[in-house]
Parts: sequence; structure tokens; C-alpha cells
Amino acid sequence: MKHTPTSISEPTWARRLLIAFAFLHVALLIMLPFASVIAQACADGMSTFQTVFRSSDTRHAIKLTLLIALCAVPLNVVIGICLAWGVTHLKLPGKRLIMAVLDLPFSVSPVVVGLLFILLLGKNSPCGAWLEAHGCKIIFAFPGLLLATLFVTMPFVAKELIPLMEGHSRDEEDAARLLGAGWLRIFWKITLPEIKWGLLYGTILCTARAMGEFGAVAVVSGNIRGRTNTLPLHVEALFQDGELSAASAAASLLALLGLVSLAARTITDIRKRKGRTPVLPTQHH
Amino acid sequence: MKTRLLATIPLLLVFLVSCSDSTDKTPTLLNVSYDPTRELYKEINQAFAAQYGQPVHLEQSHGGSGKQARAVIDGLEADVVTLALGYDIDILSTQAKLLPADWQERLPEHSTPYYSTVVFLVRKGNPKGIHDWGDLVKEGVEVITPNPKTSGGARWNYLAAWAWADRQFNHDEANVIDYMKQLFRHVPVLDTGARGATLTFAQRAKGDVLLAWENEALLALRDYPKEEFEIVCPSISILAEPSVAIVDANVEKHGTQQLAKDYLDFLYTPAAQAICAKHFYRASRPQTIDASLLVPFKELTLVNIRDEFGGWAKAHAKHFASDALFDQIMKR
Amino acid sequence: MFGIGMAYMGMLILLPMAALAIRTAQLSPQEFRRVLTSAETIAAFKVSFGQAFLAALFNTIVGLPVAWTLARYKFPGRKFLELWIDLPFALPTAVAGIAICGLYSPRGWIGACLEPLGVKVAYSVNGIFVALVFVGIPFVIRTLQPIIENLDTAEEEAAACLGASRFYTFRRVILPSLRPAILTGFSMAFARGLGEYGSVIFIAGNIPGESEILPLRIVHALESYDYDGAAILATAMLLVSFIMLAAINALQRKRP
Repeated sequence: MKHTPTSISEPTWARRLLIAFAFLHVALLIMLPFASVIAQACADGMSTFQTVFRSSDTRHAIKLTLLIALCAVPLNVVIGICLAWGVTHLKLPGKRLIMAVLDLPFSVSPVVVGLLFILLLGKNSPCGAWLEAHGCKIIFAFPGLLLATLFVTMPFVAKELIPLMEGHSRDEEDAARLLGAGWLRIFWKITLPEIKWGLLYGTILCTARAMGEFGAVAVVSGNIRGRTNTLPLHVEALFQDGELSAASAAASLLALLGLVSLAARTITDIRKRKGRTPVLPTQHH
Repeated sequence: MKTRLLATIPLLLVFLVSCSDSTDKTPTLLNVSYDPTRELYKEINQAFAAQYGQPVHLEQSHGGSGKQARAVIDGLEADVVTLALGYDIDILSTQAKLLPADWQERLPEHSTPYYSTVVFLVRKGNPKGIHDWGDLVKEGVEVITPNPKTSGGARWNYLAAWAWADRQFNHDEANVIDYMKQLFRHVPVLDTGARGATLTFAQRAKGDVLLAWENEALLALRDYPKEEFEIVCPSISILAEPSVAIVDANVEKHGTQQLAKDYLDFLYTPAAQAICAKHFYRASRPQTIDASLLVPFKELTLVNIRDEFGGWAKAHAKHFASDALFDQIMKR
Repeated sequence: MFGIGMAYMGMLILLPMAALAIRTAQLSPQEFRRVLTSAETIAAFKVSFGQAFLAALFNTIVGLPVAWTLARYKFPGRKFLELWIDLPFALPTAVAGIAICGLYSPRGWIGACLEPLGVKVAYSVNGIFVALVFVGIPFVIRTLQPIIENLDTAEEEAAACLGASRFYTFRRVILPSLRPAILTGFSMAFARGLGEYGSVIFIAGNIPGESEILPLRIVHALESYDYDGAAILATAMLLVSFIMLAAINALQRKRP
């Protein structure tokens, strides 16, 4: 933070007011709902947590959620790097179009995402019927959950990297190429260090979203407890069972996971001193 | 080729996961059911597995009845379905040919091993003086019921109200519709499922009366002892018949015909009937269970879907299809 | 390598879209008319777009000073605030729904205070607004903050030297340069609000024609085996939000 001379800053009272406003805003709109989940979870005492996290259904839901994140995140990271590299390094027609497609998963309702996959791969579609005949289960099984998660988390890494890659000069890469370095070596030694923090940051957001996705996954899950219920779906299932405090206990685990990934983000933020990148994908120009 | 190597890791994982499914040789049975039966089937599954000669793996899926039926049509490979109403099983037969049209006659009691009825749950002391269906449309009464479009249970609520009004107004349909319109104007929240509605009423303290299945109402009395509710039985109600069936196409594919048949037959045994009674359902064969286990249910005048509404196919077309009566009633 | 990326993107995103387009293209115009002209659908359009718009507007107006504070001032607890801003984004929507509903129901911490005042939030259209505000918070703040941080202060200094008041400088110098970012943040919060499902269904009354949102209508259509209806609604929703986003994009490019 650079020092700003008073001539271009607000009077002290205004600054104090604004800071107070920011605290109030975060406290009222974000922390309070968070606290209310925790409070609901603790309403029946700590034993709720024990029973919830001992049940095999919850454990399976946690495992499944982690497994999905473990599959979806690396895949999207690799693809995100490829896409960002291509968009920024190649002279392509229709770059705007690619950027628009990258924005799609943000603006499509999660419910619609689920519907899309059912229409494409459900048993009553040509594609789904063929897969079914060959003994391949996609919808209402792990691959369907993974696909829906991949769809909603796809843009994070690419959208994080594109402004970064565009921003930095390509002289070093060109020089390395002239000196005979292979592309992999160039990427590893020059490009990657430049985008390191942005990449980490995109990955964290991608992970948080992959673990928390609800709407899209709900449509393609089939809700088989102990098989296709992810943690967010399990929260809803517990809620529907009328076990509000149990649902809140599972929900607080998710909320804490979210908070932890955000804390990780803040740490990367502190280390990444050089300029900030837009945290959420922004429209590209 | 580091990136490619990296890309194969998730693929490998997917492969491993799909393998782990098939290596398990224990026969598996998937029971796709509706929302509030989780505790019931958890216990029934335990009892069934304990008495069944060989190890079995029983899986449960729960959700709104209509949503579950749709999932089965779209490829959720249920061996047996235990849904809130016959219509959702009819659909499996008519739309996807997963089982024969006469499924309801393959098991005793119209394939209904347990049933229930619709009652009112009101706050202690019945402050709004609700005693029958007519009281629901009194000034200032808020009625909580789930949406009949998404909840099977709510369809029974709707039909019970209709049956009362039909008698009240001497089969004058214009008046009946008028009553139904008023009734739904008193509904401030339409939850998507029966449990959501119970929570809205009991936990969130919203509304004056909850239209609920008797078993749900009794469960609420037990689960919220501090909240002080009481049950009011209307002068007439409906026999709510959740149905069960084997999904022929799927059991053939899995080779689980016998297991599925044994499972559903088990529901009619005294042991399972006693479990149903314990979860406040009315057992279809009460004479087989120890009378001390039976909850003292109130005797109610009950109509049934076949005689009163001509079966589910007709009732669905008239009331719940797109732009049918329910949609008309909800128009403001 | 880029080819793999493109192929992957095409398979994952465009193929499902194509499935929807094909499905919709096969339907007759009567079918469209049946679904789109029903009073409930029109009402759901109004509720969804109206509430998403209001929530995005609220987030923009309230988010601007917060983003400004976070970007320009140094004060104890700034990092702490930053940590929380993104929470609605990382929190699963179902969890958000349960949390907000618990808070605003007649028995919740806030609901209990509002009840005597006659303000209804839970189980009404206001509930939708509250839920959409929650999920939209990070979009505006996170778009604006980096832009404000990178803002060149030279113009502000010039304005100050020429004797402009701080407020005047803000209105005539700072705000215009933030306009594209404000629009971006607004449009993203809007798009997100439009599609939001998980958190809204817990707190809205879900009464058709009154507090029912479009995604819920799609789910209703799906659950009553009306796939055609669901496909038409989904297509209509996609088209309308594309048009709005394109319009905002165009507005953005037109420099003041």
C-alpha cells in the first residue's frame, strides 16, 4: 500500500465511517449467517457432531466430495493452463468467442447444467442409450457427478491466468527460445514462476467450488446414500430428514472448509506482493 | 510430457473408482424411496439383512417422490421402488416400460404394505380453533403444506381436502374449486418436500396448521416434545397409500429378481409390519402384530383413490398435469 | 496442447449446450407458447429478473464503498475482512440457504426482531432478495477492488490541485474510470443471482406466481416429467441472460 497524500484522500471522519461501514457490512451480511449455522449445529450440544461424523453415510459423503475435488481440480488446472497459454500466445481468430464460452459456466444456472447433462447422457438420449448398451454408467454415478463439477469449475484457473499471462512481457520467453530451450523448459523455468501465485489462487477457488457445488450435482446424483451423495447433498438430505442440527453440523464442516481455503488464499495473497489480479474472473478486453 | 502425465492421474482415479464398484460380489439391492422413509427403511433393511441367509448390501435413495421416479426413468438403476403414490410407479411403466402395467396387483393389498392418512397438526391449545377442513379457510389462518407438484405426500393432502369439499358442496365442482382456491390462498409457503414443510412449521414456527401424514404428525409430536403441538383429525380424510414395486428391467439386468422379491415380501411379514407400526404407519396387516405395538390410531372416515377419484391416472390428468386444476387453483 | 484444451472445453461445455439446442429445436411453436405464456412462467421471469436486478444493484451500491475501503485504507483487521468477503463464494449454496433461513425465520436472530415490526423476510419475495444479496457480495467487491488499487492517482491529484472538492473529484474523476468495472461486477452478480437455486428455495415461499423463481420452475417441470417444458424454460433463460450480458458488455465498451 503506497502512502497517499491527504490532498487525494478523504477527511478522517469519512475514512473512519467507511471502515466502520465495511466492518458492519461483513459482520451483518456474511458473518452472521455463518455464525447462525454454527449456532444451529451446537443447539443440541456437541454430541450432534459426534453422531454425524461417526455415521458411515457422512464419512462416505466426505470421501466422495474429496475424491471429486481430487479428480476435478488437477484436470481443470492442466486444461486451464493450456487454454490460458493458447489464448495469450497464439494468434487466433475468435478469441472473444473463447472468452465468452469461458464465461458460460458462471452465467448458466446450476440446475440448467444438470439438465444439460441429463439431456445429453440420460438413458433416454441417443448418447446415453449407447453408453447404457455398453455397460457404461455416467448419470447417477461417479462420472456424472464429476462431469457436472468439471463444468462449473472449469473457468477458474484459465480466467485467473489469462490476465497474468497477457500482462507479462514475452521477451524472456522469446530469448530462451532463441537460445534453444525446449517449450517445456521455457514453461517450467520462465512462464510458471511468473504465474505461480495466480495459478495457486485459481486452484484454491476451483477447489472450494468443486467441494461446494450443489445445484448441478443434485440433478445428476440420484441421491443414493453412501454411494452418490456428496457432502452438500448430504447436508440437504439431513435437512430433509428433519435433523436440522445434524444438517447444520455437516454444513459447518463445509463452511469451515470454505473458510480454510480462503485463509490459504489470503496467505498466497500476502506472498504475492506484486500487484493483485482480479479475484473473480472479470470480463476480458 | 509432464502435463500429460498429470492429466492421466484423474483418469486413472476414475478407472479405479469404477473398478471398485464391480469387484464387490455381494448382491446389492437399491431401494429408491421418497423423502420421509429413511428411518423406516434403515430399520427394515437391518432386520431384512439379519434374517436373510446370505450377506446382502442394501442401498437407499431418498428424495421427492416425483423426482425419484424421474431419476429411475433417466437411468437410476433401482431394483425396487417404494414411492409415495402409485402414479409415480405407473409412470415407470407407461413412460419407460420398466415394469408391466399391472404392477399394483402383483403384491397383496394393492402393493401397499403400510399406509397412512392426512391429519392436521396445530399448535398447543388449538388457538385458531381448527377442527375440520372448513376451518382452514377462516380469516387469519396460515396453512403449511408442501407443493403437490413436487411432493407426493402433498398430493394426498390436496385430494383429501378435495374429497371433503366435494361432499360439503354436494359435488358442485365450481364451489369445490372455489374452496380449494381459498385454501391455497392461506398457504404462505409451498415447500418442495414433506419434511421441509414439517420443519417450516415445527422448527421455524411458521403457520397455524400443518397438513401432514399421520405418521409425520406423530413423529413431530415425538421429536419436538418442547414445542407443544397437538393433532386434530378432520371429519373425513384420505387413505394415503404409498406403493412398492419391483423394477423388472433393472432386476433382470442385475440378476436380483429373487432378492428383490424376497425384500418386498418381507415388508408384509409380522417383523416388518411391527417396524412400520413403530414408525407410526398404519400396518396393512395389523392382525399379525402384537397389539401392544400398535399405536392407538383414531378411527377416521377414509376415502380411497380408486373409488373417489377413479385411480391415479385419472386424478393426475384432472388435477396435477400441466395446466390442470391445481395450476388453475394457484392462479391469482 | 492448446488443442487438447479447446477440445476439452468443447466437449464439456458446448456439447451439452448443443444437446439442449437440439432438444429445443425439435419442439413445436405451440409447445413454446404453452410454456412461455403461462401466467406462472411470466411471474417467475419477473421475480427472478426483478430480484436478481435489485440484489445486484444493492450489492453494487453497498459494495463500492467497501471495495474502496479495502483498496485504499490501511487499518487493523483489513486482511480479516478480506478473508470473509469471499465466503459466500466458497460456501455451498445449500448451506447458505439453511443459514439465511435460520437467521430470518420468525424464530431466527434477525427474524425475531423484524417480526414485531411487521417486516416479512423469510418465506416471501424479500427472502429471495436477501439470499441473492448474500451470494452476489463477492462479485462486485472483488471486481472493483483491484481496479481501485491500480487506479492512477495523478488525475485525482490534479483535480485536488485545481481546487476540486474531494466529493467532486470522486464524482467527476474516479467514478467514470470505475464505470466499466462497476458494470462488470453488477452484471456478474446479476447473472449469478438469476441462476441461483440452492440458497433461494430454502427461504422463498415458493408460491407460484408470487415467490417462485425460474430455476425452481425448471425443477418443477422436470419432476412432473415435462422435459420439453424444462428445456424451453432453460433455453429462454439462457437466451435472455445472454442478451442482457451482451447489452452490458456493449455499454461497457462505450467509453464515456
